[in-house]
Amino acid sequence: MPQERIVGIDLGTTNSLVAYMEGDAPVVIPGEDGANLVPSIAALTPDERMMIGNRARKSLIETPDRAIYSVKRLMGRGVEDVQDELKLFPFRVDETSEGEVLRIRLGDRTFTPPEISAYILLQLKRNAERYFGSSVTKAVITVPAYFNDAQRQATKDAGRIAGLDVLRLVNEPTAAALAYGLDKNKEGIVAVYDLGGGTFDISILKLHEGIFEVMATNGDTHLGGDDIDNLLIAIALDDIAGDLKLNLGGNAEAVQAIRKAVIDAKIALSSNETAKLDVDLPEGKRYQREITRAQFEQLIEPIIQKTIAPCKQALADAKVKPEDIEEVVLVGGSTRIPRVRALVKELFRRDPHVELNPDEVVALGAAVQAHILAGGSKATEDMLLLDVTPLSLGIEAMGGVVAKIIHRNSTIPASATEHFTTAVEGQTNVAIHVLQGERELASDCRSLARFDLKGIPPMAAGMPRIEVKFLIDANGILHVSAREQRSGKEAQIEVKPTYGLTDDQVEQMIIDSFDYAQEDLRKRQVIEARVEAENILLALEKGRKNPAWQMLSAGERSSVQRLETELNEVKAGEDYKKIRSAIDALNQGTMRLAEMMMDSAVSQAVKGKTMHDAGSEMGEGPTAPHPIAPAEFEHKH
Amino acid sequence: MYPVVPNPETLLPQTCWSCEQEIDKAAQFCPHCRKIQPPSEADYFSFFGLERKLNIDLDALEREFYRLSRKLHPDLFARASADEQRWSTEQSSVLNDAYRALRDPIARTEYLLELEGVKLEEQSRAATDQARAQGKEKKQVVPPDLLEEVFDLNMQLEEMRMNRKMGERDEQVVKDLEAAKSRFETMLGESTNELHKLWNEWDKAIASGVPEGDSRRIVVRDKMVDLLNRQSYVRNLVRDVNEAL
Repeated sequence: MPQERIVGIDLGTTNSLVAYMEGDAPVVIPGEDGANLVPSIAALTPDERMMIGNRARKSLIETPDRAIYSVKRLMGRGVEDVQDELKLFPFRVDETSEGEVLRIRLGDRTFTPPEISAYILLQLKRNAERYFGSSVTKAVITVPAYFNDAQRQATKDAGRIAGLDVLRLVNEPTAAALAYGLDKNKEGIVAVYDLGGGTFDISILKLHEGIFEVMATNGDTHLGGDDIDNLLIAIALDDIAGDLKLNLGGNAEAVQAIRKAVIDAKIALSSNETAKLDVDLPEGKRYQREITRAQFEQLIEPIIQKTIAPCKQALADAKVKPEDIEEVVLVGGSTRIPRVRALVKELFRRDPHVELNPDEVVALGAAVQAHILAGGSKATEDMLLLDVTPLSLGIEAMGGVVAKIIHRNSTIPASATEHFTTAVEGQTNVAIHVLQGERELASDCRSLARFDLKGIPPMAAGMPRIEVKFLIDANGILHVSAREQRSGKEAQIEVKPTYGLTDDQVEQMIIDSFDYAQEDLRKRQVIEARVEAENILLALEKGRKNPAWQMLSAGERSSVQRLETELNEVKAGEDYKKIRSAIDALNQGTMRLAEMMMDSAVSQAVKGKTMHDAGSEMGEGPTAPHPIAPAEFEHKH
Repeated sequence: MYPVVPNPETLLPQTCWSCEQEIDKAAQFCPHCRKIQPPSEADYFSFFGLERKLNIDLDALEREFYRLSRKLHPDLFARASADEQRWSTEQSSVLNDAYRALRDPIARTEYLLELEGVKLEEQSRAATDQARAQGKEKKQVVPPDLLEEVFDLNMQLEEMRMNRKMGERDEQVVKDLEAAKSRFETMLGESTNELHKLWNEWDKAIASGVPEGDSRRIVVRDKMVDLLNRQSYVRNLVRDVNEAL
């Protein structure tokens, strides 16, 4: 049995790729259509299946309300912090999701960003499985280096939803450096300038005897080719409103047609001096315009200028000067723009390295890392990646100020230990607010989580000494543990991620990859709800034979009867939400019956028997975890 | 983000979890079966196998950091048990934290002083909390020999701010501030030399086996505390001047 292959995945804003190590060299696995790049576009078909990639592209123009692109921009973010994006992108956010993980409407269904990303991952997983002829369950996935904890967690969740065990999240520029270093066997300091579809990263690394040590990283998770496209679209819409007297603001189809045209023009301008825009519009009108490279460069200058400050900060943090850098590696499709290359040359005072395919190098690097995790081979045996955390981690202190406990650009894994105490006598909870960011005030930083240290033994104020350990793992994800030192008691931690999915939510979202092709998700939910309905109905039937049933009043019995009939009626239908609410109603209505069954079981148990014996004797009784007696007897001491 | 269940075994590793043979408390790996161990409470110096000395060969430290990284990094445990994966993450975090502290001269000195029982962090935090409770800005104690200098400087800084408010610029004040800044920077340079002398004194005491708690150790220790406080005070002055300029 050959070892299972671990694939490397670049889950990009615009395109996604899957690669693996073939012998000593990483290669990209093409899709069914033979293309290496899978556009990160998802569209819901009329029969409610999710279509990914080039096949979904048509849907962007034909049924724009059922399609989505650039979903990576929404990963790990709340409704409140995507308002700017909503002005520029045709995301249809479900407004009811405020205060929790945001949901996007496609047709009349809603999805979270990790779910949509999961469908993209699933497509890549399938491509790899078809290529190998065997199943793929493990992957390394890349993320922008400047992604925060919530964005990383959301990416990991997406992997789990797609049925992938995500062995590692690797920063995109670092992955690129791995591919570059494997190729070149280089020593010295290199910079990776990564301007993609939606994100910008700059990383400075020291390469030494196979160790890839990241010295500093910086970036902007909302800066990329998308911003150039949006600018060009805005100008075109302006032209059209002025010259053709046509307002296309609300016309999603026309806007998508213009978007396609400006992207084509942008790409053409990397090799030609001029490009033509030519788009058919409603009312038989037509938009035609020529754009020169000089005009284009002037337009995009403010956007690409935004990459300068992060580069300078990264150099300062790494304590190196541009002259110390051996080579600048370019990554991301937007680095094909000649003006971007010129800017990089100005910044680092040397011609950038352009031999690598900027669209593929990140996925190739992810494949190298996957290979290392799988045990490696001669080609990778000395290679080791030492990455850093891009953002400082802090906790909110008195007065809303952030006390930094792990500084940005610390090599990961990294940890910090903090001590907390109580302010009031007998206090048993301490609330802790964890943040990520560089600013002084908590309100200016990114809230990662709030949690309570619970179960602190009551003592005088200031007496408890609670040690909390914060650990950032090799994926850049935070873990927290706590201990009350005076009593030696482990404190309970309940972490509420500010914008994340809970484990249970992720569990429920997991896509069954085997049946997925035929199966409508909604159908499965109906089936699950029916199974649950059958269970509770069966339990009720048994409950009626329990003496407790007779102890209910006639009114209570008839009310249970009515709820039972209601559930029986809806369970044959196709609306799982109705079935669920009927189940909940019956659950509520039988609460007292369950309690009385519990009580009689307990009184039986105390008649000279151990709890355990009594429990096992009761058989069908309350220890069986059925919905009519939901309380678990053995835990009630 | 999710909690890690703390591992009670991390508290007292006396025997190897795998082969159950006796091992050194600070061992990263079992010398018998070569399995990775849960992290111990070893301090950063002993993690690197170093004596508690302040003069450190940074090149050797880097080589050791790379060597240990190649043994402890979680990448090498991707196929190991969940426990071993967690221990490698924890051991690596200690390695990285230790390297970060030891390679920086100030962080290294501060860390050593904490090991020697000085609560620098708590001092500074207590001062911050107290200042905040009183609604004041945190004030550091002015080193006595700087009193006069600091008094003059504050006057000049105030004047500079007033001028700025009025949209004016007094070249004389600017000149004075620049002169003050260069004096402070010289002072920082001198105190760095002074610190190195104290390092040598300290290292000599350690080399000759002066035990923990011995007054000869405490004298040098307290001199270093004063020097670090003075340095941080002067550094803040330089920062204030830079902001004003």
